[in-house]
Amino acid sequence: MKKSHIFIIVIIAVAVGIIVSSTNEASTYVTFSEAQQIAATGNAKSIHVVGELKKDDSGKVIGIEAGADKVSFSFVMVDEGGEEQQVFYNEPMPQDFIRSEKVVVIGSYKGESFHADKILLKCPSKYQEQNLNAGV
Amino acid sequence: MHYFIGNLGHVFVIVSFVAALVAFFSYFKATVTEDLERKAGWLLNGKISFYVHAFAVMGIVVTLFIIIKNHYFEYYYAYSHSDKKLPSHYLISTFWNGQEGSFLLWMFWHAVLGIVIILTNKFWESPVMTVFSAVQAFLTSMILGIVIPGLELKIGSSPFILLRDAMPDPIFTIQPDFIPQDGAGLNPLLQNYWMVIHPPTLFLGFAATLVPFSFCIAGLWLRRYREWVRPALPWSIFAGAVLGLGILMGGYWAYETLNFGGYWNWDPVENAVYVPWLILIASIHTMITYKNSETALKISIILVVTVFILILYSTFLTRSGVLGDSSAHSFTDLGLSGQLLIYLFFFLVVAVAFIITRWKEIPSSKEEISTYSREFWIFVGATVLCFMGFQVLYPTSYPVFNQISAAFGGSLNMALPGDQVVFFSSWQIWFAIAVGILSAVGQFFWWKKIDKKELKNQLFLPFTIALLATMVIINVSSVRNISYALLLFSGLFTVISNGKILFTVLKSSPGLSGGAVAHIGVGLILVGVLFSSGYSTVVSLNNTGMLISRQLSEEFNRDNLLLFVHEPREMAGYEIEYLGERIEPRHKRGYVKKSDIEYTDDPYTVIAKDDIVFENKKLFSKGEHFEIFPENTFYEIEFRKNGKVVFVQYPRLQVNPRFGNMASPDVNRKATLDLYTHVSAPMTEEAKEDWGEPEELRIKRSAQFFANDYVANVEDLTRVYEISGQQLDSSFVAIRATVLVQGERQNYIADPTLIIGTQSRGGIIPGVIPELGLKISLLNVHPQTDELTLNIQARQKDWVVIKAMEKPWVNILWLGTLVLMAGFGIAMMRRFREFRLMKEKGLE
Repeated sequence: MKKSHIFIIVIIAVAVGIIVSSTNEASTYVTFSEAQQIAATGNAKSIHVVGELKKDDSGKVIGIEAGADKVSFSFVMVDEGGEEQQVFYNEPMPQDFIRSEKVVVIGSYKGESFHADKILLKCPSKYQEQNLNAGV
Repeated sequence: MHYFIGNLGHVFVIVSFVAALVAFFSYFKATVTEDLERKAGWLLNGKISFYVHAFAVMGIVVTLFIIIKNHYFEYYYAYSHSDKKLPSHYLISTFWNGQEGSFLLWMFWHAVLGIVIILTNKFWESPVMTVFSAVQAFLTSMILGIVIPGLELKIGSSPFILLRDAMPDPIFTIQPDFIPQDGAGLNPLLQNYWMVIHPPTLFLGFAATLVPFSFCIAGLWLRRYREWVRPALPWSIFAGAVLGLGILMGGYWAYETLNFGGYWNWDPVENAVYVPWLILIASIHTMITYKNSETALKISIILVVTVFILILYSTFLTRSGVLGDSSAHSFTDLGLSGQLLIYLFFFLVVAVAFIITRWKEIPSSKEEISTYSREFWIFVGATVLCFMGFQVLYPTSYPVFNQISAAFGGSLNMALPGDQVVFFSSWQIWFAIAVGILSAVGQFFWWKKIDKKELKNQLFLPFTIALLATMVIINVSSVRNISYALLLFSGLFTVISNGKILFTVLKSSPGLSGGAVAHIGVGLILVGVLFSSGYSTVVSLNNTGMLISRQLSEEFNRDNLLLFVHEPREMAGYEIEYLGERIEPRHKRGYVKKSDIEYTDDPYTVIAKDDIVFENKKLFSKGEHFEIFPENTFYEIEFRKNGKVVFVQYPRLQVNPRFGNMASPDVNRKATLDLYTHVSAPMTEEAKEDWGEPEELRIKRSAQFFANDYVANVEDLTRVYEISGQQLDSSFVAIRATVLVQGERQNYIADPTLIIGTQSRGGIIPGVIPELGLKISLLNVHPQTDELTLNIQARQKDWVVIKAMEKPWVNILWLGTLVLMAGFGIAMMRRFREFRLMKEKGLE
């Protein structure tokens, strides 16, 4: 076999290795119950859950507990399937958290509670300036 | 309404588009026509139309700049990206803040490079400029802003669109000529000097990749498979240097301005530039190999084409909105996805078609490559760089895969791993180790034909020194991770081997030292990244032991620290003390206590309550009006050792209209270690207004009293004629008490005011000292007993939550980048000399 053939085989092998391994490590968007099933199989991989904050009838956000030391907090999130879950976050509450329309939490279950490593917020009204400040 | 300037701009856009098409057609004809006379005619046509195109592009740039500079807010671009308060040098950044402007910047560089090509090339002009003109036609179409009637098909998004056409606001139906007084402003995050120079550098790098691509296509087209490499190579090196510099500037800006704690976050937008740069570097290596030994021509062609296609792909990723959730700072979707895809596929199909049809004709060496040849090692190195790129490209493309799957009715929902930094780093480190070792060993092959024994002799010394140095550093800095230790070794090995080569080369031919210098830079970068990222440690650990919930496990450790004003804490070997919120004056350097200023109706103007001193320099006198940056708040934190102040940090929080509050760090730089501090949570507005029960005090005017346990006294009682910079009319009488409160470290002044109205109600304006959590109001004055009635309320003292990290040896990284750039510079000089020689001989 020529050296260049060996080289090509090695290249293909590494490329396939990268694809297979990256795909295995890829996170997915799931619901809380699916996340719980994943955790139950002993898989500690972190996943993405999309949802919104729990609100009462008047639209006020409920279920937020701030830590006494102000450096951590927990909140109740409702996923797209309507399931509620308390989520813990070991960082201070992100700015504009309460006003967010959509929340993406990235993390995993530790026992019964969901621990977020990262929180992404979507505040669409802010990204599109819909109104001119016509009075000014 | 200034209609003329916008119409003029639009005319320039159309002219530049049409001229690009004409230039494309003419240059195309000039390339394929055999008859020499007609060929010359077409060539002249092409030349003139490209000059017209370039002139029109300048015209667009100038008109858009006039609109921004003169604050014509009837135009959407000026309204949404600038305002009157913006300092003039940031008006330049306004230009490329929007997507249309950044397309324009890209076109501008292409136009400049096109002219350089026309002026420096004879033989290659027509085929190369055919490709250039085609690219320019596509780019100009992105800012055409024309709607094809009947089809409702929008082509491009014009920067000259009027506000009333862009924003359907009811005011325009009532008053079509309405012009807002001020614009929405430039995102304050981008009001940074790096944002003035980073985008033009990056886009020059983008633009420069078009040159080797065009030469390559021209070579395939004219069947000059060997000759295109010579003129293309200097441009590849130029592109590599400029694009690399642009990327590093972006990293440096992120380090200084963003709070994710580093210079690189593996965000899709960053990855989209990193991948083409890696492939570009690989292509430079294979092209040099080809020039020296006639091998690796096919692979050079593939890589050069891939670089340009990747640039187009990354344009598509960042501008089409496909990234959506997965990136923090991609552009908003302008509805150009379709156009961007056509742009991408056009050049992909053309390039692939050329390569396939000409593949058999491309010369390649039939010889088996020897393991001890430099070609072999270069080839291995280029392969590693390609893998490095591919490993980033594949996961970054997940959103694209999801979209494709959705288009075919599938439901793929892949996302980047939760911690993308860990994910990418754990892969990239192994490639980096390989890159380090290859650039150490490969360089020896570079200089001479070498055999096994000679190689051993040459490598023995650098290898041993690197190994010993690694051993020492591993023990001193306790590196306990095998991949880190290997990376350290490979970085040092590169630095030392190339140092040895540099030493030899400098004696004989210093002009050829570019490669050695650049590789030393790479080695330094590897070592710098290893320590600054791998050994970045959080030092602001929460050790109060307070928890939010018992459900939480032990590992729920928190990396943030709560600081109250004047309550010292221990951190990173320092005693640290939070001193309060500060604001930055617009025209003087320094920081001003928020409690020292009185706000006015204009958010940009404040009044000094007292003489304001910063670092023993008086900035403002009592009563002086001055301008500030209202969107930024700084948090003064003092770092002491043995009771002595070592340094003071001012991490910043910015109320950003687009991203909410943005924290920027303050970095204390030492030669070996950066201490990087940022605010992770400011005191909330609710907490600031959470006042306790009022306590009413009736005191003698000159008596001392206690205000929430602080000793205080009334210094002065005066009549004032002005409140918050506003004159009071004669129907009001206002009395202001100046209350001096002795804090732990310094005295504070509160100035409660009592306003009595003769014809209408008066008012009580309290004086607040946020640092002490104290609010004092003047309720009454009793002249008969020389007494005053004060109302005192207390709340929690001001606090802030911070996060701080130690990053060792960041300076090695910055040094490495400078050395790398110097290496590129030397290499470019060499290729330029070569070009001049060729030109003198009339060969080009």
